[in-house]
Amino acid sequence: MVKIDGKGNGAALVRVRDLDKKYTRGSEEIHVLQGLNLDVDAGDFVAFMGPSGSGKTTLLNLLGGLDVPTSGSITVAGDEITRMSAGRLTSWRARHVGFIFQLYNLIPVLTAFQNVELPLLLTRLSKSERRKHVETALAVVGLTDRRDHYPRQLSGGQEQRVAIARAIVADPTFLLCDEPTGDLDRKSAGEIMDIIDRLVREYGKTVLMVSHDPQAAERARVVLHLDKGVLIEAAKAGGAA
Amino acid sequence: MRSFRLVWANLRRKKVRTTLTIGSFTVALFLFGLLAAIRMGFRGGADAAGADRLNVINRVSLILPLPFSYRDRILRVPGVANVSYATWFGGVYQDERNFFPQFAVDKDTWFDVYADYVVSPEGRSAFMKDRQACMVGRALAKRFGFKVGDRVPLRGTIWTGAWEFNVVGIYEGNRPEADTTAMFFRADYLDESRQFGQGTVGWYVVKLSDIDAAVRVSEAIDALFANSPFETLTQTEKAFAASFVKQMGNIELLIMTIGLVVFLTLLLVTGNTMAIAVRERSGELAVLKTVGFSDRRVLRLILAEALLMAGQGGFLGLALALLAIPALSRALPMLGMLYVSPMTAVAGLFLAIAVGAAAGLLPAIGAMRLKVVDALRRV
Repeated sequence: MVKIDGKGNGAALVRVRDLDKKYTRGSEEIHVLQGLNLDVDAGDFVAFMGPSGSGKTTLLNLLGGLDVPTSGSITVAGDEITRMSAGRLTSWRARHVGFIFQLYNLIPVLTAFQNVELPLLLTRLSKSERRKHVETALAVVGLTDRRDHYPRQLSGGQEQRVAIARAIVADPTFLLCDEPTGDLDRKSAGEIMDIIDRLVREYGKTVLMVSHDPQAAERARVVLHLDKGVLIEAAKAGGAA
Repeated sequence: MRSFRLVWANLRRKKVRTTLTIGSFTVALFLFGLLAAIRMGFRGGADAAGADRLNVINRVSLILPLPFSYRDRILRVPGVANVSYATWFGGVYQDERNFFPQFAVDKDTWFDVYADYVVSPEGRSAFMKDRQACMVGRALAKRFGFKVGDRVPLRGTIWTGAWEFNVVGIYEGNRPEADTTAMFFRADYLDESRQFGQGTVGWYVVKLSDIDAAVRVSEAIDALFANSPFETLTQTEKAFAASFVKQMGNIELLIMTIGLVVFLTLLLVTGNTMAIAVRERSGELAVLKTVGFSDRRVLRLILAEALLMAGQGGFLGLALALLAIPALSRALPMLGMLYVSPMTAVAGLFLAIAVGAAAGLLPAIGAMRLKVVDALRRV
């Protein structure tokens, strides 16, 4: 269940209240998000759409603890991340958030296996445990046979699948996807959306995705529109505003 | 370190740049090793100087002699345990490039006053018996293949003519860094055969019965010969060796200045390289922070890269210097034994690592402070 009226019942996995974000550019103040409220339950798949500059990526960065709001609060699984110090936020991010970027953002000098293993280097897992986790993640995205390939040896779609494996390998609380199909052809985009879809349906993952692509957004259970920093609409089955 | 693979992979990212940076450290530490060895060569005499020995030279100049008659008078000064003497010979063995120091010394006392030189009893006995006897140091013997029983011809430059000596012994040093590049022969042989200067010696070496009496004994000896045609200047052996080196200018300052300039240049070059490397990877560093790498961990990653390059280059440079020093020693025989002590080598390695750390620090702090959102926006 997704709500944007600030009247959620408190059981939501992600709870956003009166979120404001302003930037100052020179003497000009830009109000990116204005009094935004949002409740997302565990296992939901939400797509944020809207024109460029509407605040979609800013919202995603705030939800992932990469940026801090001007005012308002974000609570994830009971933790109010807007009150956390930078250090705590970093370790919280490692435990709870999986990021998928438009441009994949893989480390070019590491193999697919090593890229996926990165988040696990911060855990106490042994080498063999890490290997097991990485192999599982690569199997989920169908790239077991490409584990020793470097990013330059992979197609765009394969790179994005590695990025998804990296995002899910530590079994995060939710996934944040920023235009995951924005740099891919139609076929590859479809494959990536199939994987994300499967993560939600088969593995019960919670996914919050920003996209310009209506076909990608169609896969989400709920599509929310952001315009001038305000969530103005919720659509699709299961969603309610 | 779990992230070592990441550090290592980053170093291999731009192989040419990494190789050149490591090469800078290699060259700098190679130079450091050679300069340290040369400095040691210049200081060798001073470092090996005995605290219980004084040197008595002509007050006007080291190259002017002192009368042989002074020996007994010095011996009577309270606090003096023994007196020996030596004269610089300056002969040429086969070719002028084959330089090595030769000294005419008192056969009775020289190896007693210089207990640092280890001589076999047989060698010592043969030295006493044969007027043309000479003792060669281990390094000198190795350099020219001298062995006991060999006849060594020298062409005199101060006292001209052909001089011949019989090798009766090979002396060792009692420390690994002791200078064993010289040859000692009997002063009585020199005195009877030279064209001028009979009855004189180059300088006296005084062995003290009490180290603490050095100042008093020095003053007493110089007072003894004050207002004579051959006034003396008595110094501790360390001061004597240092003044000998100073005749060639302030070598130490020169060497230190060269070293300092090299390391400062290295710091700037490496700092710039690291800054470029970090700037190029700001997007990747942001991704690391996104997946949970803390600011401090990112700082450590960058510092580790700088330290690894510095350590590898430093180690390689020192190793090459150690390999090159024997050749340098042969090329500069007038400096005696050239060597780099383990302490100096470790100090060099630490210096390289310190320069690496200093060069990596600013870029590492920049990486630590990098804002994820800003960096991702630039990707």
